[in-house]
Amino acid sequence: MLASIVSPSGLIILFSIFGIGGIGTTLLRGNNRAQNLWAHIFSITGALWGLIFAASALISNREFYVNGLATSFPFLSLSFHIDKLSSLFIIIICLSVLFCSIYGIGYVKSFYGRYNVGNYGFFYNLFIAAMLAVVTSSNGILFLFAWEIMSLASYFLVVYERHDHKNVKAGYLYLIMTHAATALITLAFILLFNHAHSFDFNTIRASVPSMSMALKNIVFLLAFVGFGTKAGIIPFHIWLPAAHPAAPSHVSALMSGVMIKTGIYMMIRLFLGILLPIPLWWGLTLIIVGSISCVLGVLYALTEHDIKRLLAYHSIENIGIILLGLGGAMVFYSLHLPTLMLLSLAAALFHTWNHATFKSLLFLAAGSVALATGTKNIEKYGGLIKSMPQTAILFLIGAMAISALPPFNGFYSEWLTFQSLIHGVLSGDILVKWVFLGGLVSLALAGGLALACFVKAFGSTFLARPRSVMAKGAKEVSIWMRSGMAGLAVLCLVLGVASAYIIKSLESLGREITASPRAGLITSVSSRQTLQIGHNFGSISAPFITVVAVATPLLVWFVSRYFINRHQKITSSPTWDCGTDITPRMEITSTGFARSLTMIFQPLLRSNLSYDTAPAGSLAPTSIVATVGIVDIYKKYIYGRMYSLINILSIYFKKIQNGNINAYILYILLALIIALAMGI
Amino acid sequence: MTGMERKIEERVKKLFRGSLAIRQIDAGSDNAVEQELNALTNNFYDISRFGIHFVASPRHADMLMVSGPVTRNMRKALEHAYRATPEPKIVVAVGDDAIDGGIFKGSYGVYDGVSSVIPVDYTIPGDPPSPLVILRSLLEILDKVDDSRTKE
Amino acid sequence: MHILAWALQILFVPLLAPLGVGIINKIKAKVQRRQGAGLLQPYRDIRKLLHKDEVISEDASFIFNIAPYIVFGITLIVGASVPLFTSVIHLPSSDLITVVLLLATGTFFLALAGMDTGSSFGGFGSSREMTLSALVEGLFIASILVLVILHRTTNLYLIAGSVHLDYADLIAVALAGVSFFIVLLAETNRFPFDNVDTHLELTMIHEAMLLEYSGKKLALMEWASANKLIIFAAMLVNLYFPVGLASNLQFGTIALAITIFIAKLLVVYVAIAVLESVIAKLRFFRLPGLLFTAFILCLIAIGLVK
Repeated sequence: MLASIVSPSGLIILFSIFGIGGIGTTLLRGNNRAQNLWAHIFSITGALWGLIFAASALISNREFYVNGLATSFPFLSLSFHIDKLSSLFIIIICLSVLFCSIYGIGYVKSFYGRYNVGNYGFFYNLFIAAMLAVVTSSNGILFLFAWEIMSLASYFLVVYERHDHKNVKAGYLYLIMTHAATALITLAFILLFNHAHSFDFNTIRASVPSMSMALKNIVFLLAFVGFGTKAGIIPFHIWLPAAHPAAPSHVSALMSGVMIKTGIYMMIRLFLGILLPIPLWWGLTLIIVGSISCVLGVLYALTEHDIKRLLAYHSIENIGIILLGLGGAMVFYSLHLPTLMLLSLAAALFHTWNHATFKSLLFLAAGSVALATGTKNIEKYGGLIKSMPQTAILFLIGAMAISALPPFNGFYSEWLTFQSLIHGVLSGDILVKWVFLGGLVSLALAGGLALACFVKAFGSTFLARPRSVMAKGAKEVSIWMRSGMAGLAVLCLVLGVASAYIIKSLESLGREITASPRAGLITSVSSRQTLQIGHNFGSISAPFITVVAVATPLLVWFVSRYFINRHQKITSSPTWDCGTDITPRMEITSTGFARSLTMIFQPLLRSNLSYDTAPAGSLAPTSIVATVGIVDIYKKYIYGRMYSLINILSIYFKKIQNGNINAYILYILLALIIALAMGI
Repeated sequence: MTGMERKIEERVKKLFRGSLAIRQIDAGSDNAVEQELNALTNNFYDISRFGIHFVASPRHADMLMVSGPVTRNMRKALEHAYRATPEPKIVVAVGDDAIDGGIFKGSYGVYDGVSSVIPVDYTIPGDPPSPLVILRSLLEILDKVDDSRTKE
Repeated sequence: MHILAWALQILFVPLLAPLGVGIINKIKAKVQRRQGAGLLQPYRDIRKLLHKDEVISEDASFIFNIAPYIVFGITLIVGASVPLFTSVIHLPSSDLITVVLLLATGTFFLALAGMDTGSSFGGFGSSREMTLSALVEGLFIASILVLVILHRTTNLYLIAGSVHLDYADLIAVALAGVSFFIVLLAETNRFPFDNVDTHLELTMIHEAMLLEYSGKKLALMEWASANKLIIFAAMLVNLYFPVGLASNLQFGTIALAITIFIAKLLVVYVAIAVLESVIAKLRFFRLPGLLFTAFILCLIAIGLVK
C-alpha cells in the first residue's frame, strides 16, 4: 500500500490537487464564499495528502525518482527526486499549509467585496504547489522554473491588498530583490552546467570531484548570496520586513515560516550534498553570517512597533540560528568529524521545523489581532487579553516557543544547537574554536534579547488597558481562525514532547543527505525518552521537563489554595495609582519598553531621536512630537549607493537611444558584423 | 497614651506581632510627623528589630499611618490607599492634626482629621509625637509591650 | 537513606532560602551598628503574608494570577536540579542550558505580571528587568562555559562531581567564578544592580514588578526571590569550588556534606552582605559596562583553558 502512495502517481496527485484548487477557484466567479471554500478545501486536502505521501516515504524508506519526461523546452526535463530531505521538507510545508488554510477560511472573509477572492485562491494554490516543486525537483532548470513561479505567486499575494499603497511598494522591493537573487542562482547553475554538461543534480554531483576549487568557491558565493537573500540573511534582508507584513496574514505565515526555508533546503542540498567535499572556510562563513543575522535580527525587532515587522525580523534571527547549525555541520564535515556533523545538521533541521511551526502560529495570531482591531501598530493595542482570550493564549504559546522556553519545541532545538556549538568549541584549532565561540555567544545573546522582545510584544498587545478606541472595540476572531492557530499550538507542544525521537530520526536522515552511511550517531535515546549526547556530555528529557513544568506550579497552587489560609478573601480594586486617576496613557508603551535596550545598543542600531516642534502659539509651542527612529544603514550605505550608481549608469547609457533611426540601423549592422566575426 | 477607637481582634494582633508592614500616608501634613517617623528607622530607635518595616505600596501594607489633617486635595488619594490595602489592616492617625485637625481645625481646606474620611483604629496624639512615643504606641497596639525595652 | 537524601534535595532550597536572606539583612544591620530584625524575620514575613487577604487590580488578567505559582514552581524545580550537597543524585533537568532557560521562563512570567496591571511602575520595572536579563543570560552561559570546556560535559552534577584541578586551569576557573558572581548579583537583584530594600519606585527593578501583589501571591514571589538567591549561591560554590560534595548516600557523609555546603553558602552570603554595605548601587546605564567587563573576564578564562 505504501508502495503505491510513494510513487510517481502519488506526486502527480499532490500537484493536481493544488492545480484543481487554484484553477477551479478562478472559475467560480461571483460567489465569494464558494471561491473561498474551494480554494481552501483543496489546499487542506493537498496538505493532508502531502503529509501522507511524505510520511509514507520516510517510514517505508523509499527514495524514488521521477525521471525525465523530456519536454520541448531545451534542457528542461520534469525530473523529481523524493529522498528523505525532500520528504522532511514536504512535511514541514504541508503542516504549515494545513493550519494556515484552516485559518484562511475565516480570514479571507474580510476580502469579500473588496478584492477578488478567486485571484487569491489561484495564487495561493500556485504558491504552495511551486514550493513543493522546489523541494522535490532534481533538474536545475525545473528548479529555477519552480523557484521563479514561487516568487511570482508570492509577489502577487504580497500586493493582493493593493488599495494600500505601502503594500504595492513592498511588493516592488520584494520583486527586485528576489529576481536579483534568482539571477545569481541561475548564474551558479550555468557555471555548474558548463562543467557537468547537464542540469540534472545527480550528474552534477558525479562531476564535482573533477571541479576546480576556484569554480566551487564561485558557485558557493553565488549560491550563498542568492539563496541567502531568499532566506533573509543580513545584509540581504531588506525585502523581508517590508514584504511579509504586506501579505495577508496566513500568507505571511507561509512566507516567513516555509518559503524562506526553501533557501535553506537548497543550501543543504548544495553544500552538504552535491558540492562535497567542501573546504573549511565555507562553514566558518556560514557561522559568522549566522551569528550576525541572529543578533542584528532581534535588535531590529526590538525597535519595531509594527507587530508584523517585528515578527519578520525575528524570522531573520531564526534563520541565523539555523545557519549556525548548518555552518557547524559544514565545518565538522571539513574536519572529518561525521558524528558531530550529523548532530549539527539535526539541530539545523529541527530548528527549521520548529520555526516553521511557531512562526506560523505567531503570524496567524498577529493577523487575528490586526483584523480585530484594524491596525498593525502595537502602540494602539492593549488589554486585548480580556476581549480575545483564546488568541492571547495562543500567542503566548507562540511567544514561549520562539523564546526557547520549556516545555515547547523551540527550547529543544535551541538546546541542540547549543550542544553542537559547544562541541565545536571543543574540537578543532584556535580559529575554529573562536568562530564557534562567537556563534555560541551570539546565540545566547539573541535568546535573551528575543525573550525581552516577546515580553514587550505580548505585554503591549494583550495586557494592561486598551490604548485606543480600536483596541477597545476588538472582538474574538472566528472559529476557523482559532482552530488553525490551536492546531499549530498543539503541534508546538507535541514537537517538544517528542523531540528526542525526532532528533534521533533527523540524525539518521542526515546520513543519507551527506552520503555518509557509516557515520556513528552521537545521540542515544533511553527507554524513557531521555536524549543523551555522547557519553554523558549532556542529556535532556522532554517528558520529564514537560510533566514537571506543568505539575509543579499546579501543585504549588493546590497547596496554597486549599491548605493555607482557606478563608482568604480576594477583593478587586483599581490598580494602585498613588492616589491619582490612572489612564491608559500611563502604561508603558512598546517603544518605551525597548528604549533601554535601544540606547545600550546605540552604536549598532544608530537610533536617533528627533523633535518636531509646532510653531509657537501665544506663549508656548502648540505641540512637540518626538520620534525615535533608527537609521537604516543598509539603505543608506549599500542599497542607496547601488541605486544611485545604477541610476547614473542608466542615464549615461540612455545616450545610445537617441531616437535616430539611422543610428539604430547602424547598431544592427555592427551587431551582425560582430556575430559573424565570432562565428569564424 | 493611645486612644482605642476600634477593638482589633486578638487574632490579628497575633498575626502582626512578628512582622508588621507600615505604609506612611502624608495627607497634607506639615511634615513634622514624617520627620519623627523617619527617625524610627535610624540606628538609635531601630524599629526593624521588632519586625516592623516601612513599605512603598499599600498592597504590601498591614498598617496605614496617616498624618496631616486631610486636605481636600488628598481626600481621594487617601480613600484609594485605604481601598488598596488588603485586610486585615490597622489604620493609625498619627499626630494631633490627624486626630481632629489640630492647629488647622476649622479651616476651609481640610477635613478635620482622618476619621472623617476613613475609619481609624488607633490614634497617637502629639504635635508631633516623639519617635519613642510612636514606638511605644506601636508596641502597645500589637500587645507586645515589655516595659524593659522602652524605658526612657 | 535514599529517600531522605531526595527529600533533602528537593526541600533544601525552599526551606533554607528565607534564612539566607535573614542572614544578609542581619549582617548589614550589624555593619550599620544596629540590631536589626532577627535571623528568622523573613519566615515571619512570609507567614504573615500567607494569612492576609488579597486585593487584585481590576485590570489584571489570568497572567497576574498564575505568575506567582509558575515563578515559585520554577525555583522549586531548579532548586532540586542543581548540585547542593551531593553529586550522586540528580534530576534529568540538571543540564546547563535547561537550568538557564527554566530560570528565563520564571523571569518571563514575572515581567509579564509586572506589565499586566497597567501601572507605570510595573511597566518600567519589567522593561529594566528584561533589559538586564537579556544581557545577563549570555553572560550566564559564557561563565559556565569555561567549566563545560574543562570538564567536557554540560551536566551540572558531573561538573560538580569531578575534582581535577590543574593549576593552570585554576586561574581560568577563578576568573569565571568572578564573572559568575556578577551574574549572581544581577539575576538575584542585589547591589550594584538593584536594591531590594528600597522604597523609591523610580529606582526599583525587581520590586517594581511586585508592587501590585498582596497576600499569598506576594509571599510566593518574595519566597521565590529568596530561592533564586540560594540557587545561584549553590551553583557558585558547587560548580567553581566542588569540594565537600557527598559521593555516597550514607548518613555520616551526607551530614558532613550538608555542613560543608552551608559553610560555603555562608561565605557567599557574607560576601554579598559586605558588598551591599560597602558599595553603592550603580546607575542603570552603567550596568551594561559592568556586564561587559565580566564578559571579557570570561573570554580570557576561555582562552586560558585548553
